[in-house]
Amino acid sequence: MSIIYFLIGCSVMLALVFLGAFFWAQNSGQNDDLYTPSIRILLDEPQNQEEEK
Amino acid sequence: MIKGSTAEKTLCYHCGDDCLTQAYVVDEKHFCCQGCKSVYSVLSASKLSNYYTYNNYPGTNRKQTDKRFDYLSDPEILAKLVDYADDKVAIVTLYIPQIHCSSCLWLLEQLHNLNPAIYHSRVDFLKKTLHLKFDVEKISLQKVVELLFDIGYEPLISLQDVIKEQKKPARDGLVKKIAVAGFCFGNVMLLSFPEYFGISVSEQSFKHFFGLINLVFTLPVVFYSGREYFVSAWHNLRNHVLNIDFPLALGIAVLFVRTAFEVFSHTGAGFADTLCGLVFFLLIGKFVQRKTYHHISFERDYRSFFPVAVQVLEEDKEKPVPLAKLKTGQRIVIRNNEIIPADAILLKGDGLIDFSFVTGESVLVNKTLGEIVYAGGRQAGRTIELEVVKSVSQSYLTQLWNNEAFTRRHNNRTQIFSEKVSKYFTIVLLAIAVTSLVFWLPFDYRRGLAAFTAVLIVACPCALALSTPFTMSAALSIFDRNFFYLKNTRIVEQMAAVDTIAMDKTGTITISEDSNVKVHGDLTDREKQLIYTACSNSIHPLSRMICKYLGNLKKLPVATYAEVPGKGIFATIDGHDLMIGNGALLFGFDSKNESVSCVHVAIDKKHVGYFSFYHEYREGIKEIALLASSYRLYLLSGDQDHEKENLVKFFATPGDMRFNQSPQNKLDFIRKLQDDGQTVMMIGDGLNDSGALKQSNLGVAITDNVNNFSPGCDAILDGRSFRKIPSFLRFSKNTVRVIHCSFGISLTYNVIGLTYAVTGNLSPLIAAILMPLSTVTIISFTTLATHFAAKKCNLL
Repeated sequence: MSIIYFLIGCSVMLALVFLGAFFWAQNSGQNDDLYTPSIRILLDEPQNQEEEK
Repeated sequence: MIKGSTAEKTLCYHCGDDCLTQAYVVDEKHFCCQGCKSVYSVLSASKLSNYYTYNNYPGTNRKQTDKRFDYLSDPEILAKLVDYADDKVAIVTLYIPQIHCSSCLWLLEQLHNLNPAIYHSRVDFLKKTLHLKFDVEKISLQKVVELLFDIGYEPLISLQDVIKEQKKPARDGLVKKIAVAGFCFGNVMLLSFPEYFGISVSEQSFKHFFGLINLVFTLPVVFYSGREYFVSAWHNLRNHVLNIDFPLALGIAVLFVRTAFEVFSHTGAGFADTLCGLVFFLLIGKFVQRKTYHHISFERDYRSFFPVAVQVLEEDKEKPVPLAKLKTGQRIVIRNNEIIPADAILLKGDGLIDFSFVTGESVLVNKTLGEIVYAGGRQAGRTIELEVVKSVSQSYLTQLWNNEAFTRRHNNRTQIFSEKVSKYFTIVLLAIAVTSLVFWLPFDYRRGLAAFTAVLIVACPCALALSTPFTMSAALSIFDRNFFYLKNTRIVEQMAAVDTIAMDKTGTITISEDSNVKVHGDLTDREKQLIYTACSNSIHPLSRMICKYLGNLKKLPVATYAEVPGKGIFATIDGHDLMIGNGALLFGFDSKNESVSCVHVAIDKKHVGYFSFYHEYREGIKEIALLASSYRLYLLSGDQDHEKENLVKFFATPGDMRFNQSPQNKLDFIRKLQDDGQTVMMIGDGLNDSGALKQSNLGVAITDNVNNFSPGCDAILDGRSFRKIPSFLRFSKNTVRVIHCSFGISLTYNVIGLTYAVTGNLSPLIAAILMPLSTVTIISFTTLATHFAAKKCNLL
């Protein structure tokens, strides 16, 4: 049963990685504007650029 | 509707307005004005006409086309506007009020196709801002702004941008604190389960290991996430205030110390999961309470309307001068639609000034040469020249705004319920804890300490602390849906306490824009057509209203046309002489009947009738009048009393209507009511009410455009929801009742917990169940009850 020490260590490390990812997202401003991307995704940008070429 | 009129009506391809002429046609597309046409030309030349495919008529009307961004070349102004600048790139954030649809978003993010020197452009849709990064060697900010202007998105650069006084949202990292608390809470819960389900004797070594890990997890929760509770409790204690943060901080501290003690002394598992859960839920409560409105500002003062610079005439040359450097004696040039920034004397041109920004009255004021024009007016006619008589900071508007009586904020806010209660709660809590300690001390000091800490843990007012924020945020979102925007959650309780309502007249209970038009005298269709033709040539608001009233008629050829500003129109149409205008134009004198504005019409020197314009009352004034049974209603108007008879039916006694009130009078009247022990809600608009709004217990600014002027008020009400004020008042009372009920529920939980705690036998399991259970009960009860109350008040 000593394996549980190792497993708990692994699970906590993994969880810390996710917490770190959230911190990174928050600090880089990804959650600052939660509305505009919902409109931006509806616009066909790539198609338009092909037309211009 | 007249037959065939729809066939004539063409809508502008750019902005969707009626095309009044056929003069602007490109690629078989019609435009209403040169401005719209030029935007289309710019876009189609850059192959950006996709702009028009995402939405119909995505543009905003651009009748006014003269560029005036010279002031952006002034390095001093420039330095204040940009967020960042070095030799190569500059970053700037511009506020563009025109952003309203996906086409706007698309176009503004394609700016690099229009000018490659713009590296990057990004729109924040809700805040209506554009974030730009551009090459300063290839393009200047002035050119960037001119480019934006050319495509129909003129940024609003106001004095407030330069002063940079806008409050940035508090960045205290609440979200991160919640994330840490939630992370620890989840892990601690998982690691506490073995303890609750029982660990066999052979696996006792795990028990100590789990306890230690749990303790490690509580460290960031207490010292990072929960830090502000200690700070706030300490700060309040030093100010001799017992607020809810004190028992909360005490609870957190006791939980932590006891957990650490139990883990190290091997006497138990501690309360790590209760501790993490407590902090997690408390922070969530804080999060929901923080409501942010991106699209409105409660502190929008005159500065956000003033331009950054003004054109000064020096030796026959125009030169932009920043407002702060404007001196008396300088000659300024004000063009159509520009704001007069300082008190000045009119020297040249016809002053036709719109003072709606200051007074709320939208009727244009005519100024003659040599007359003094106060700051804050917007020139509606052609270009004028003025001589500054007072600097910006000395001008009437600025003086009024900075008046000491207006800025002095009295501590007139009533304490909210949870503040009142928490004082007694803390005292009772400490009394019970000390009593149980003293009771057990003679027999067993360990049990005494256990009971003492258990009381502080179990009675920690988590549910109490959550009931107010959750109820209030639910209430706020319901107000929000009804176009009533409250500054913060405290305002709901303020509103429930109101017993007196004072209202301004112009702009508040009357709609100044949409006057009722009435025709006096019989007009034949032919005469109507003549009048329509004449009025359609004028941009005066009354002419516009007449055109709107008469509907779309066919225009006749105009032979001669002349407009006398402030008086009326002379025209020869289809062989008839027309005179349309006020009494001064037609009879040589103006009748002093100011309650109705009249426009007289004479055809071939014969008076055929006149149009009268009545102020219309807002929809719902009758419902408001019904409030008189439970509230005291007052009318505070800056106007003459010529509408007294119309209004008398809405107010109980004529004495409750006060006319000719100066801003100071209004403020004094509110203060007098407050001295008599009344809680006053003031509803007003415009600068003339700002003093009264600030003095009142609850200042509500009413506006038809949320981007308008909103002087230091507590709430902004959209004019459309005026009739809902009685419902709002009723709902706020119900909301407070919900808070009282949820307080009762949380007390019940506390009492149940206390019966265990005083004996000193509180097991971690019971604490771990009670705390989340009470929290969940409170959250669901408040949310459901608030929505039910809203349904009952027809607000959902």
